[in-house]
Amino acid sequence: MDKVRFGHSIVPYLFLLPQMAVVAVFFYLPAGEAVRSSFFLEDPFGFSSTFVGLDNYADVLSSTEYRRVAIFTVWFTVLVALFALAIALLLAVKADTVLRGAKTYRTLLMWVYAIAPPVAGLLGILLFDQHVGPFVDIASWFGWNLRIGVNYYDTAFAMIATAVWYQVAVNFIFFLSGLQSIPRAVREAALIDCRSGLRRFFTVTLPLLTPTAFFLLVINVTYALFDTFGLIDLMTKNEPGNNPVTLVYKVFLDGFRGNDLGGSSAQSVILMIVVFALTLVQFRFMERRVHYA
Amino acid sequence: MSNAVSAARPLAPVTRRPTFKWGPVFDHAILIAGSAFMLVPVYLAFMTSTHDAVTVHTGGVQALPGGSLVDNYATVMFDGLGFSGAVNGTTMMLNSLILGLGFAVGKIVLSMMAAYAIVYFRFPLAEFAFWAIFVTLLLPLEVRILPSYEIVQSMGLINTYTGLIVPLVASATGTFFFRQFFKSVPDELIEAARIDGAGPLKFFLDILLPLSRTMIAAIFIIMFVYGWNQYLWPTLITTNEDYFTLVRGIKQIIQVWVGSQIPEYGQAMALAVLAMLPPVIVVVVFQSWFIKGLTESDK
Repeated sequence: MDKVRFGHSIVPYLFLLPQMAVVAVFFYLPAGEAVRSSFFLEDPFGFSSTFVGLDNYADVLSSTEYRRVAIFTVWFTVLVALFALAIALLLAVKADTVLRGAKTYRTLLMWVYAIAPPVAGLLGILLFDQHVGPFVDIASWFGWNLRIGVNYYDTAFAMIATAVWYQVAVNFIFFLSGLQSIPRAVREAALIDCRSGLRRFFTVTLPLLTPTAFFLLVINVTYALFDTFGLIDLMTKNEPGNNPVTLVYKVFLDGFRGNDLGGSSAQSVILMIVVFALTLVQFRFMERRVHYA
Repeated sequence: MSNAVSAARPLAPVTRRPTFKWGPVFDHAILIAGSAFMLVPVYLAFMTSTHDAVTVHTGGVQALPGGSLVDNYATVMFDGLGFSGAVNGTTMMLNSLILGLGFAVGKIVLSMMAAYAIVYFRFPLAEFAFWAIFVTLLLPLEVRILPSYEIVQSMGLINTYTGLIVPLVASATGTFFFRQFFKSVPDELIEAARIDGAGPLKFFLDILLPLSRTMIAAIFIIMFVYGWNQYLWPTLITTNEDYFTLVRGIKQIIQVWVGSQIPEYGQAMALAVLAMLPPVIVVVVFQSWFIKGLTESDK
């Protein structure tokens, strides 16, 4: 099974060197430093630091502010993943079904992938703007006084809507490619056995799509947790005080604005553990996916 | 709903009823609504970018083209931007291009070399190197942002292209991608190369590199878009406006937006359109490569 290989002595090291050097300096060093400083209390001017054991962690986990942000992050993640996946799945199933214009629809539905999250955030701000935003007008028809940046829940709503809009494109690409890899013979057999389209979707298509869906679930959770940073940074307009933010944003806030090195590092490490757990889940599942295929 | 799905993949001769079917109409209606959902926000932003600030301020977001297209874009591209002073759109676009291209090229070169060493050589540290690189997949930059910043700062790399690009390269996505690809290259090739007396370097340059062309193109597109769209890292690393990228410049817009009487909506949206145009063009034009790269690298 093993590949035929060269048995050279020095060449592989030379080839590995650049990547290893970059990874060592810009990955392992900072990651290690985050873990180390999470056990220390540093004075704001960086003159001295004292070892405080797990105090930083205790402070973080017992703070009501942190709990509030954590709860928002969970809701944010669940809602963004749910809506982005559901909308994308519906569109992918339809784009896989239609005979005419399939390629045009694919282009129209996937291109948002190329937009940067903060740019998406800027569009969100414009459309939800208090004075000029059309969504505010639309909301007011229903008697909803939408006030971004003032009302906590309104801001959260705008953020979630924008984050979903952005993520639909990625999910669509993967769902469509998953649907297209379902063998033709299987589709045809299903079509003969089962007249009801809806039932066919739930008993044949969806089970065959589970690997893709599960993979995407992990991708979406990671996205909502980390990649939405730019979007949130824009949509809180530099006034994160009374606005909803996620855990990653709080790491940044406490570290760079609050100068709370130890606390920020402890939060980093907590997030590292979350990501680590997510990756484990993903890998266990990816083995299964290979098995399926 | 059930009607709609039953139209899946035609089995041509089965249809007996020549009656009109609502299913496809319904399918298209949903797809058109979905496309509108994706398009309308950007359309409105573009239309707003063709109006002057007062029109937008009094009339709201604009849905039809206005007369200030040239004005707004020229101001954003060539004048020192009203909100940040010295820097203009041309400089920012150049910086975005440097970041996107530098990141894509750096990532491809480093990860191809590392993947080559891991797949094609037998040496004691191979296993260790693989895991050391693999672990970087676990932690996004956002999580280790503060210490990363401090290290780059202590190296004096703030406000340099090196400091902007190199730390972003420190993750394993590309290495993984090429490792998978190299593993799928048939063994006969390397055997033949060895019989012909080709060394490892010659094999890499003359055989593997040409074979990987499509893969390189696909990953290049993904990495270019990823690099161009970076936000957090450029925001921290570039404080000097000469190094601002377009996406970084977006932040500047907001800072002025909050404070001013009549925000320059038109110019802000012009900058946003400029920031999204190049990656969108790249992704749409090279769509099939891009989708192939994206969906296969994750398998």
